[in-house]
Amino acid sequence: MRDVSRDHGTGAGLVHALRNVSLDVAEGEFVAVMGPSGSGKSTLLTLAGGLDTPTSGRITVAGADIGALGAAARSALRRRAVGYVFQDLNLIPALTAAENVMLPRELDGARARRARRQAHKALASVGAGDLADRFPDELSGGQQQRVAIARAIIGDRRLLLADEPTGALDSHAGEEIMRLLRSRCDEGAACLMVTHESRHAAWADRVVFLRDGRMVDSTPGRTGPETLLEAG
Amino acid sequence: MSIRHGLLALLSQGPRYGYQLRAEFEASTGSSWPLNIGQVYSTLSRLERDELVTRVGADDEGRFVYRITPAGEADVREWFATPVARADRPRDELAIKLAMAVTTPGVDVRQVVQAQRTATLRTLQDLTRVKAAAPADPADQGDRAWRLVLESMIFQTEAEVRWLDHCEAFVARTAPAAPAAPPADAPLDAPIGETSR
Repeated sequence: MRDVSRDHGTGAGLVHALRNVSLDVAEGEFVAVMGPSGSGKSTLLTLAGGLDTPTSGRITVAGADIGALGAAARSALRRRAVGYVFQDLNLIPALTAAENVMLPRELDGARARRARRQAHKALASVGAGDLADRFPDELSGGQQQRVAIARAIIGDRRLLLADEPTGALDSHAGEEIMRLLRSRCDEGAACLMVTHESRHAAWADRVVFLRDGRMVDSTPGRTGPETLLEAG
Repeated sequence: MSIRHGLLALLSQGPRYGYQLRAEFEASTGSSWPLNIGQVYSTLSRLERDELVTRVGADDEGRFVYRITPAGEADVREWFATPVARADRPRDELAIKLAMAVTTPGVDVRQVVQAQRTATLRTLQDLTRVKAAAPADPADQGDRAWRLVLESMIFQTEAEVRWLDHCEAFVARTAPAAPAAPPADAPLDAPIGETSR
């Protein structure tokens, strides 16, 4: 993202949700965004995913300038390159875990048999291979979130956008989700996560702080092993 | 940090040499609180004086084996059953710094909070990397004990970030401070150097 701003409303009701934010997320990098409510965290995420367009500035995903694409091309890029994990999981109750995971591929026109194979692979990679034929209401909160992450990564999508992905999970289930996102990044995916929990943000390579739509600070990026020694 | 109770808890598992106690203490706390052997022996001699441990024989090199007494076992049970008081902690420099920042003119409290929060989050990231490098479910008893100590540091660090978030919201909500009271013994119309005459 380069100098991205997003305004909502006009005149007296004008709100600067985001002001001149520049942010890069490299392949294999895990970036967490923190800030108080109304600081622009969720706006940042919807812009990065092409679900909304900036008032000014430029957003590039996997080499493509989102603003320069037409609506159809933008939504194709979104489906092909970007995976979303939201707090409210949005699994469809009438579909099994595998069917939920394969849905985005089917919407993209993939053949059912191929989509199902990819769904099983994605489920296995998040440690949920044995849950494929269960319905969402037969799964715990942590298991549902695993399925949602499998859906986000199916077809090898390289950019993961996560909005409070640990939601109401207990601390153990929340940590499992963090380990999962961390290992996806270690395998080369890029992940941008919004959270208000510093304990979860700390799994990221870099933590950026938003306030009133501006980026006010950031921890340094990945560091060598020598800094680990300071931890004790 | 109660070295005394830590050593007693180890001795409740069976008699041990002083150097063994030191090694086991450090292993179960992940070397977070390194002990020198002098601390171990001075603690043992106090425990012996209080009749919570006894010395039983020595090896060829004259090193003593220590054994817990029934009174010592009662002491350990009591320790595990009693919550730790927070009142014994030293004054918190960060709380004092923020209190001063709020009342000192010309200090941007939000900036103080933000600088601290970034630093605290770095610490939290470092601790989390140490945790991430270990297996999710450690099989070894010692590794499990170390995990609990590490997580105690993680949760305390997280609590500091939450408190800083709260301070920031509190400062943003409250009106700018009234002008500070003039310094004592320094009338506003007299230069400071002349007040002693």
